[in-house]
Amino acid sequence: ALSPGLYLGRGLLSFCSSVKGGKSKEAEIKRINKELANIRSKFKGDKALDGYSKKKYVCKLLFIFLLGHDIDFGHMEAVNLLSSNRYTEKQIGYLFISVLVNSNSELIRLINNAIKNDLASRNPTFMGLALHCIANVGSREMAEAFAGEIPKILVAGDTMDSVKQSAALCLLRLYRTSPDLVPMGDWTSRVVHLLNDQHLGVVTAATSLITTLAQKNPEEFKTSVSLAVSRLSRIVTSASTDLQDYTYYFVPAPWLSVKLLRLLQCYPPPEEPAVRGRLTECLETILNKAQEPPKSKKVQHSNAKNAVLFEAISLIIHHDSEPNLLVRACNQLGQFLQHRETNLRYLALESMCTLASSEFSHEAVKTHIETVINALKTERDVSVRQRAVDLLYAMCDRSNAQQIVAEMLSYLETADYSIREEIVLKVAILAEKYAVDYTWYVDTILNLIRIAGDYVSEEVWYRVIQIVINRDDVQGYAAKTVFEALQAPACHENLVKVGGYILGEFGNLIAGDPRSSPLIQFSLLHSKFHLCSVPTRALLLSTYIKFVNLFPEVKATIQDVLRSDSQLKNADVELQQRAVEYLRLSTIASTDILATVLEEMPPFPERESSILAKLKKKKGPGTVTDLEETKRERSTDVNGGAEPAPASASTASTPSPSADLLGLGAVPPTPAGPPPSSGGGGLLVDVFSDSASAVAPLAPGSEDNFARFVCKNNGVLFENQLLQIGLKSEFRQNLGRMFIFYGNKTSTQFLNFTPTLICSDGLQSNINLQTKPVDPTVDGGAQVQQVVNIECLSDFSEAPVLNIQFRYGGTFQNVSVKLPITLNKFFQPTEMASQDFFQRWKQLSNPQQEVQNIFKAKHPMDTEITKAKIIGFGSALLEEVDPNPANFVGAGIIHTKTTQIGCLLRLEPNLQAQMYRLTVRTSKDTVSQRLCGLLSEQF
Amino acid sequence: MIKFFLMVNKQGQTRLSKYYEHLEINKRTLLETEVIKSCLSRSNEQCSFIEYKDFKLIYRQYAALFIVVGVDDTENEMAIYEFIHNFVEVLDEYFSRVIMFNLDKVHIILDEMVLNGCIVETNRARILAPLLILDKMSES
Repeated sequence: ALSPGLYLGRGLLSFCSSVKGGKSKEAEIKRINKELANIRSKFKGDKALDGYSKKKYVCKLLFIFLLGHDIDFGHMEAVNLLSSNRYTEKQIGYLFISVLVNSNSELIRLINNAIKNDLASRNPTFMGLALHCIANVGSREMAEAFAGEIPKILVAGDTMDSVKQSAALCLLRLYRTSPDLVPMGDWTSRVVHLLNDQHLGVVTAATSLITTLAQKNPEEFKTSVSLAVSRLSRIVTSASTDLQDYTYYFVPAPWLSVKLLRLLQCYPPPEEPAVRGRLTECLETILNKAQEPPKSKKVQHSNAKNAVLFEAISLIIHHDSEPNLLVRACNQLGQFLQHRETNLRYLALESMCTLASSEFSHEAVKTHIETVINALKTERDVSVRQRAVDLLYAMCDRSNAQQIVAEMLSYLETADYSIREEIVLKVAILAEKYAVDYTWYVDTILNLIRIAGDYVSEEVWYRVIQIVINRDDVQGYAAKTVFEALQAPACHENLVKVGGYILGEFGNLIAGDPRSSPLIQFSLLHSKFHLCSVPTRALLLSTYIKFVNLFPEVKATIQDVLRSDSQLKNADVELQQRAVEYLRLSTIASTDILATVLEEMPPFPERESSILAKLKKKKGPGTVTDLEETKRERSTDVNGGAEPAPASASTASTPSPSADLLGLGAVPPTPAGPPPSSGGGGLLVDVFSDSASAVAPLAPGSEDNFARFVCKNNGVLFENQLLQIGLKSEFRQNLGRMFIFYGNKTSTQFLNFTPTLICSDGLQSNINLQTKPVDPTVDGGAQVQQVVNIECLSDFSEAPVLNIQFRYGGTFQNVSVKLPITLNKFFQPTEMASQDFFQRWKQLSNPQQEVQNIFKAKHPMDTEITKAKIIGFGSALLEEVDPNPANFVGAGIIHTKTTQIGCLLRLEPNLQAQMYRLTVRTSKDTVSQRLCGLLSEQF
Repeated sequence: MIKFFLMVNKQGQTRLSKYYEHLEINKRTLLETEVIKSCLSRSNEQCSFIEYKDFKLIYRQYAALFIVVGVDDTENEMAIYEFIHNFVEVLDEYFSRVIMFNLDKVHIILDEMVLNGCIVETNRARILAPLLILDKMSES
């Protein structure tokens, strides 16, 4: 039935089979070289070749090219074939050019000429060939020559259907390569109407063109939405025989449906109710069909049906506006998660990942968690498992974080090497984001290092250190845990780094236990020293000097180590210098100086997790943004790795060769241009700064920051492009001490730096603040510290204001922030049984003693967070006191110099209404009012 | 859009390649080697979609022949997967024997179905119509 003579000729056929049948690669090359020499001589020969022979040789060259061999001649002969009037010759010429001529060929002009003739020929076959060629080559020269002509062909009434199809996609190609050469015009509206064309092939081609054009020019193509919806509706509701050959295994026009659904994803949900209703109907019909018994048992039928279904689900997710459809889509995907076809499971996991970020369907997605975890464990295909990891990451929230992180950790032990780093980053992010209990966070990260230490990047272990330093409630636990982890005979170097850093800071917290005495801690770390790389050893040396400060009893041992030749004469200059300097420091400095220089690290500024930045970089933008939106980072600074050197910020002014001794090293680059005036009113303030008591208005955001400190003691109080103010404070009974850290974020000195504490007259009689002035010069990148001693004389409701004035460059800067010294800081928690509580509650029944506030929840109503906040507020959290387990009750005593005031509080959440009722009873009405006011702002 | 369309045999020899974006010849060879390697290494239990660099590969195997389509993220995987089968059915309908001796016709068929990286025609009769006219022309 084959008629080889017609196109290829017997010679060519035998050539093809002889090449193909060759035994070895060498034989094939030999045969081909012989043939190439033959063809070359024919082309160069004196005798002009007839069309048939030319076609034959060009065709052979094409075949040789397709076998993977380079071809560097024959182009001219191919171009000659274009002007032939015989279809087969012309077609081989075009085929050769489409496949072999790249955009830069100088032959383009000759080719363009031939194409022009064919486009004008009105012969649909020739026009088609020419358009195919333009589309396949798609060079700028071609665009210049034909961009004006093709839209005309496309919308002309008398153009044949097949030519329209070619013209549409040809135009698309030219638009992609040279959009400037394809100006929008009258033709655009006529192109949109091709969606109504009777010929579905034309509609298919036009939809591709319109989709691309609509992405760039949404306004021009807005009318395509209603036309696409009505076309889709007609397809979806048609009987399977209506569309004749466009029905594929009983599915009407699946590929066109997919394209129309894709086009609709360029636009938001249609505004016109009629169009919108019709579209919803279509989507429902598609979802319904998935539940109906299949019209054919053939896999082609279900594949085609599912292709449309997945695209419909994409559109539903894109619109993200119909809760009903979203949940149905989720249920449908849930069914696919357990389907026996791997392809469907893969696609369902992928689709569900985007569905998880919609607020309407997030909960519905979460119900499939067991199936997804099961996929992670049992899928045999790594790409499917990877999708499962992605989905778990996307569906994670506070309610299931512990489970998901545990599953990811256990998967990590067997995961493919190619995806380990990504899983590590994801686990680290989830553990941090959803940690209520920071001991869990510390455990998780240490597990990460144990399981996949090699894949734990710097960002991850920097971050755990930042968090431990900033959260004093977890420091003791962290020290204990790393100490235990370091006991393992072979532990990962990253663990040594984290362990060294944390013990250097907080080793004292566990030193009371004889099993982890200072000497044991030191010996344990030092036993790892020789196995570590230079940077880790440098870090350990810093830990040692910190030990000298923390534990005077091991000073001599450590000095011996530092004095040994392997340290003092180490070939590495960094190690050598550290050893020399630390040894000298430990010898000559007094305990006071040591204590100042080697003081505990100040809290790190809160900034975006650098891990998140890393994951974004790995996955490309867009894939992780959904999760990140809920983060409350204010700063866009992403370079925030903790500098891993245990040294106090106060060493900043000491010239040191190792930059990482500078504590908070990573200073964000100061943006160029004039420094922004602080407080939003810098200019005005400047004018009035002569008047003695001029105080800048409170810096924007200051109230928010103030509220954040009600339930915690450490963190960043204020930050602008120049200055960062960090706080660390501790309170006991009616006394407190606050460390204020002023960080100069620029590289220029601050001059006349004067922070002032301002108390109103009323406040002055209630609290007593004492502080010393700070050095008026703050070097670029340096940090200075100020200690404020606080005494609470009697209860108070105002807060002191911290006003900072300084000169930066030539400008005067003035910043004012409210200092978070609040009454609840002087709380002492009191534990009591249920009976006692209610007895006292009744005693405080005088109407002035009770203050109640009912308010709307400002944050998600999460039990664990609420508990943490009540504890952070200072009162004891009394479990099993309130008959209703959903309620929270607390008790404590406010200490002032003169009196002690007993306080009871009760917080009743109403999840349905998203409201709280807070009741505070104390023996003093002003205290009740103030406490109620402060605590109400926290939820 | 579709970036390329490949037919490769189990020995790794490319039988047909069509690129919808320009790619250097040496890079094509390299890409084809890598693509067939990643397809051959997969079992039947694995899914037919592979993430490869910044695009996706969608493949089907017919006896010793792999058809691999590279697409960007704007394509529907399942639609392309089934499109490959549609293509094969068209070839089956037209050729009754080994298709490799009629490469030019395979190109014509593919050109009727995919143009400039977009699916342009899926109707079997319409795909084959030009070719059948051609056959008639050459018979007469």
